[in-house]
Amino acid sequence: MIRYLIATLSLAASTAAWCAVNVFATVPEWGALAQELGGDKVNVYVATNALQDPHHVEAKPSLIARARSADLVVATGAELEIGWLPLVTQQAGNPKIQPGKPGYFEAARYVTLLDKPARLDRAEGDVHAAGDPHIQTDPRNILKVAQPLAAKLAEIDPANAAYYADRGTAFAEKYGAAIRNWEKDAASLRGAPIVVQHKAFTYLIAWLGMNQVAALEPKPGVEPTTAYLSEVLDIIKQKQPKMVIRAAYQSDRASQWIAERANIPAVALPFTVGGDAQAKDLYSLFDDTIARLRSGASQ
Amino acid sequence: MSIRWWTQAALALAFGCATAAHAASDADLDAIRNEIKQLKEQYEARIRALEDRLKAAETPPAPAAPPVAEAAAPPPPASGIAAFNPAISAVLQGAYINLSQDPHKYMLAGFVPSGDIAPGPRGFSIAESELNLSASVDHLFSAALTFSLSPENTVEVEEAYAVATALPYGITPKFGRFFSGLGYLNQQHQHVWDFYDAPLVYQAFFGGQYTQNGVQVKWVAPTDTYLEIGGEAGSGTNFPGNDRNKNGVGDWVAYVNAGGDVGASNSWLAGVSYLQTAASDRAFSIVDTSGIDTPASFTGRSRIAVADFVWKWAPNGNATNQNFKLQGEYMWRRENGDLAYDSSVNPNVAGTSSYGSRQSGFYVQGVYQFMPEWRAGARYDRLDPGSVSYGDNGAYFGAVDFHPQRTSLMVDWTPSEFSRLRLQYSQAKVIPGVTDNQWFLQYILTLGAHGAHRF
Repeated sequence: MIRYLIATLSLAASTAAWCAVNVFATVPEWGALAQELGGDKVNVYVATNALQDPHHVEAKPSLIARARSADLVVATGAELEIGWLPLVTQQAGNPKIQPGKPGYFEAARYVTLLDKPARLDRAEGDVHAAGDPHIQTDPRNILKVAQPLAAKLAEIDPANAAYYADRGTAFAEKYGAAIRNWEKDAASLRGAPIVVQHKAFTYLIAWLGMNQVAALEPKPGVEPTTAYLSEVLDIIKQKQPKMVIRAAYQSDRASQWIAERANIPAVALPFTVGGDAQAKDLYSLFDDTIARLRSGASQ
Repeated sequence: MSIRWWTQAALALAFGCATAAHAASDADLDAIRNEIKQLKEQYEARIRALEDRLKAAETPPAPAAPPVAEAAAPPPPASGIAAFNPAISAVLQGAYINLSQDPHKYMLAGFVPSGDIAPGPRGFSIAESELNLSASVDHLFSAALTFSLSPENTVEVEEAYAVATALPYGITPKFGRFFSGLGYLNQQHQHVWDFYDAPLVYQAFFGGQYTQNGVQVKWVAPTDTYLEIGGEAGSGTNFPGNDRNKNGVGDWVAYVNAGGDVGASNSWLAGVSYLQTAASDRAFSIVDTSGIDTPASFTGRSRIAVADFVWKWAPNGNATNQNFKLQGEYMWRRENGDLAYDSSVNPNVAGTSSYGSRQSGFYVQGVYQFMPEWRAGARYDRLDPGSVSYGDNGAYFGAVDFHPQRTSLMVDWTPSEFSRLRLQYSQAKVIPGVTDNQWFLQYILTLGAHGAHRF
C-alpha cells in the first residue's frame, strides 16, 4: 500500500515536472530571475556557474543535452555567449530555441548597453560590438528584464499567463523597493575612486556613481604584464583609489599584486548569483555586493 | 495559399505586424516567410521594407511590454545589400620545421596510406590557410563553406554543407561535404588540434582526416545525459575508399556518442563509430622478401571501428586559469579483397591474389593549461601491423613485426582567443631502425568572425 502511494506520488511529481516550462538559462542571474518569475511552473537549468567566465565556455555535451529539451533559452546576448550558445542550439536539434523563435530570449535587448567600443577592432582586446554585456551588475537592469521575461513565459505557457503576470508585478514591487534600499546603503560609495581587474563592472560603477580610475588589464581580456601593472601603480599613487575589485571567477593574482604594493584592499565581488556563499539569490547578490564594497571602502 | 491566407498576410504587413502576426501561429509565420520569398523576386525594393516590419513583429513581446522595454528596443538592423553577408573568418598558419630525416622518404612501415602525410617541408613554410563563410540560408537551413588554400597555391573545398535547423525531436540532418562524425578529432579542423600534425592512426587509416560527401542524420536523445546517435551515407570516394564509378551509396558511417558532467569540474564525451567503405584498384605498394618494391592495387572492402573518449577538467568548470584535457582514440581496420600486382616490375609474384588485413592503432594525449595563456601537452601514438595475408603470394611477403610509434611534446601560448604560437617536438620511429627528431614552431591566427568553442 505504502509502495503504491509512493509510486503515485512520485508519478504525480514527475508529471508536474513534465508539464513545467523547461528554461535553459545561460548564466545564473537569468536562471534566478526565471525562477523568481516562474515559481513552480518552470524547471530552470543554469548552463554556467558564477565561478566560470561566461564567455569562455565550451559547447559541452551536458549543455547540448539540456538544450535539447528546453522550451525557452534565456541568454544575455550582446555577444556574451557567442562562443558556445550558437553551437549548442544548433547541435541540440531543437527548433523551439533557435534565434528568432519565441523560445529564444536575449536580456540585453531590453537594456541600454554602455561602453560601446569607439573602435571595433580586435587590436583593442576582447571588445563587444554591441556594448558591455555584463548588465547584471546593475539591479535596475534586472528589473528592466523582468517584465519582458514574464511576458515571454506567458507567451510560451499561455495557460499560466496570469500567474506569471502576478509574479512579475510582485517581483517588480519588491525588487524596486530593494533597489531603493541598496541605493541608500551605498550612498557613501558615490564618487569613490576604485580600480577594476577586468572591465566587467561598468553598470555597477555607473549605478553607484563610483569612479573607475584604472583597470588591471591593459585591454579587455588581455592578461596584464608586470610592466603594465607598474604603470597602474603610478596612477594609483596619484588618484588614491579605495580598493581594487574583481569578479569571483577571476584569478586573484593581479589584484593581490596591486593590493600589496598600493596597500589598498582587494575586494572579490560575487558578480552573479552563487559567486560567494552569501549571494544566494537576486536580493542577497546585491546585499553582499554592497556590504563588500562598503567594507572595502572603509578599510 | 488560400484567399483567407493572403488577406491575413496582407493585413499583417499593412498594419505593422505587431499584433496580427503575433496572433498567428508558428506555421502561419513560416508561410508568410515563404510568400515573401516569392514576392521578393518581383518586388525587391518594396519587399525589403516589408521584411523589416515582419522582423519587428517576430522580435520579443510587443503586446504587454512596459514602456521601459520599448525605450530600450534595439536599433533597426542595418539595411542594404551587405546586411545579409555571411560571417567570414580566415585562418592563417605557418611553421618553421626541422626534421632529422628526409620527409620525402617518410612512410609508416607496414601500412599503405594515401595522401600527403609526411611532416614538413623543412625550414620555413606556410601551412594550409582556411577561409570560412557561414550564415543562415533561410528559415529552414544554415550553411557553411570552408576553402582550404594550400601552400602550393591550390584551392580545395574542405567543407561545404548545409544543416536543416527547423526539424523537431532532436533530429538534425546535414548534407554536402563535411568532416565525418566518426571518431573525435575527425570533426575538428586541423587548426584547433592540440598538436601540429594528425595522430599516426589518422594518417594510416584516413590519410589525415575522413571527409564525407553525402548525408548525415543525427538524433539527440531527450535525456539529461547527452546521447547522440548518427548515421551517414556518402560517396565513399575518399581513402580508404575511392571513386568506383558506381550508383548508390559508396560508404556508410554509424556512430553513438554519450557525454556529461561529473560535478562542476569534470566533463566527458565518449563514442564508438563504424565506417564501411570499399575501394577499386586503390594504389598499393609493397616490398617483397627479395627487396623489390612491387606496385599493386587493392580492390575490396574496408571497415574501420573507432572508440574515442575525452575527459576535461577545470576547477569549478572555469578553464581560464587552469584546465586539463585527456583524450584518446583506438581504431581497428579490416580490409578484405584482392591485390593485383604489377608483374612487369616483379615477375616472381602471381598477377592477382587475395588479400586480407586486420590492423589497428591508437593515440592518447594530455594537454594541461598550467597558467592563463600557457599550455603543455604530451601525446603517444602507436600502430599495430596486426595480421596480413597475401593469399597465393604469401611466400613472397613476409610478416611485418614492427610497430610504428611516435612521442610528441608541445608547449603553446595563446595570448588571445585569436592567436596561438606552438613549439612541438616529436620523436617518430615509423621506419625500422630509423629515428626522426622533428621540431615544429607554429603559428595559428584567426581573423574575422568569432569561432565556436567546440568541446
